[in-house]
Amino acid sequence: MSKATLQRRPLVKKVLAGADDNLLVLSGLGSATYDITEAGDRPLNMPLWGAMGATVPMGLGLALAQPAKRVLVITGDGDMLMGMGSLATVATQQPDNLAILVLDNEKFGETGNQATHTSPRHNGPTESGAGTDLSVIAKGCGIADTGIVRNESEVAQLVKDLRTKKGPIFRVAKVMVEKLGFVMPPQDGAHLKDRFRQALLGRP
Amino acid sequence: MSNLATSDWHDDIFAVLQDHDVKQVYHVPDAGHSRLIEACQTSNSIRTLALTTEEEGLGLAAGAWLGGQRSALLMQSSGVGNTINLMGLTKTLRFPFLTLITMRGDWGEFNSWQYPMGQGTPKVLEAMGVLLYSVDKAEDVKTTVDAAARSAFNGGQAVAVLLRQKLIGIKTFGKK
Repeated sequence: MSKATLQRRPLVKKVLAGADDNLLVLSGLGSATYDITEAGDRPLNMPLWGAMGATVPMGLGLALAQPAKRVLVITGDGDMLMGMGSLATVATQQPDNLAILVLDNEKFGETGNQATHTSPRHNGPTESGAGTDLSVIAKGCGIADTGIVRNESEVAQLVKDLRTKKGPIFRVAKVMVEKLGFVMPPQDGAHLKDRFRQALLGRP
Repeated sequence: MSNLATSDWHDDIFAVLQDHDVKQVYHVPDAGHSRLIEACQTSNSIRTLALTTEEEGLGLAAGAWLGGQRSALLMQSSGVGNTINLMGLTKTLRFPFLTLITMRGDWGEFNSWQYPMGQGTPKVLEAMGVLLYSVDKAEDVKTTVDAAARSAFNGGQAVAVLLRQKLIGIKTFGKK
């Protein structure tokens, strides 16, 4: 089992506290989408219900299109593992307005908490991964500003970095495995897209 | 690349992308698109991104559209298979999507490894509800890509233009 102590929902609530029109938020399918919705659904949230592996590319396309806005991608370890190559694509562009937060509970949460590759090796027949360190992968891809957060004492700095530090920045937060309720945003993708564009651009 | 030197259809595509105010172009390096990719890379109005896999292009295109910019994905038929699940994004989000596909395994192809995905390309794109345009003559490239861009950006559709191998020329590696 993960020895993590951070809880994802209070953490995300702190990350998004006081979100204004300058903050554009994308969340990866599953838990991250429920996390940002519990913090408060808003038109400038784009919570994904699918498209696994595409969250970071979507954040990059948005960051390049809206260089004056802060773009924050919040996703899980499973989604990030599926789109690892996109971290190298982010690095080719070095968008200074893009921040990525991976909530790493070392599990595929939506499908029954099977171990992901970020789980430790030699962790029993069903709980073993590879000990994959996504922050090292991001650094190796060419994103210079990376880090892992494990303790409550580091959260204030994490929030500050994600919201204001010159990007691209990449952070992993090791979070507990928890049984949490579904807090669902609207599901219709076209509606989510239209309300986002209406709020951002003044047209759907 | 038999007719590359004499034809300027690559430049026609670049002009159409500019006419339609395309701001982001995504590609996996590709011989058939190389002249167009270089034109985009040296353009001041277009941001050009190399991808590690074609599927990144769907996420990028959705993100660009969320932010108010138009985009295009340049790929080879062999890359189409990498994009299929994420092609669904164009339906769930209903956003304009334009992709230009250079065909392999299509017309006198020498490499047997290119045939399965080359022959499967139109079928899998149709299965995902992508509109297909096809062009095999240099003089038809400009009007075809322009029509595709109109269907995408004005009509809100996901559109693929198949640039046939007959147009691109048969890659020979010096063999006859």
